[in-house]
Amino acid sequence: MELTRRKALALGTSALVLTGLTGMPAFASLTEDAITELTGGAELGEGAVSITAPEIAENGNTVPIEVSAPGAVAVTLFADGNPVPAVATFNFGPLAASQTASTRIRLATTQNVVAVAKMQDGSFQKASANVKVTIGGCGG
Amino acid sequence: MASGVKPRVKVPKSASAGEAITIKTLISHKMESGQRKDGDGNVIPRSIINRFTTDFNGENVIDVTLEPAISTNPYFEFEATVPESGEFTFTWYDDDGDVYDTSKKIEVS
Repeated sequence: MELTRRKALALGTSALVLTGLTGMPAFASLTEDAITELTGGAELGEGAVSITAPEIAENGNTVPIEVSAPGAVAVTLFADGNPVPAVATFNFGPLAASQTASTRIRLATTQNVVAVAKMQDGSFQKASANVKVTIGGCGG
Repeated sequence: MASGVKPRVKVPKSASAGEAITIKTLISHKMESGQRKDGDGNVIPRSIINRFTTDFNGENVIDVTLEPAISTNPYFEFEATVPESGEFTFTWYDDDGDVYDTSKKIEVS
């Protein structure tokens, strides 16, 4: 087959589209799956939850994260660039003064940290923060 | 892992009734994630603390489920309400079945 300029262009474009589709980070969809499993596919609201995280973390081994979700009964943290997205679940008991908690987490690479909060009325709220990681924290 | 695990907790000595107090906890633990490999390329098996709870006079304050993505020497900071004088109990559950606990008294005036 003679390859004309037009055909070559068309081929190139379709190849690009294909790599674009398959090149999606697999970890991000793992997080989506984990969130769907948690919420049962319920709609995620935004606004009630906030994450405090550093914009740039020098060391991915200990990244300080604070999550605040007034009115939540439980907050689950996910890191969408880690080999395993789940990070921690905080269940707040009757004596918790505020639905706030801080901890330190490991991040393998630059990625989003997502918090999903289960509210008292059973609905779900979400917030995410992007953290740039200079040195990853999952070992080699 | 049962060696060298030492829980440390910071709770104010006194508070007024109904006040929100900040509690800080730290436990020394290597939190082996199960992702790392040793010099020979063998995966180092996972060994982490998988659950942490705080109770005050038997009533729950916070119950945390930990995954391997929690850093070495897990640190937590949170707030609790103290209705009366009593004792906080902090409990950590290790993958290998060990349970570490510590407690702190607080005076409420």
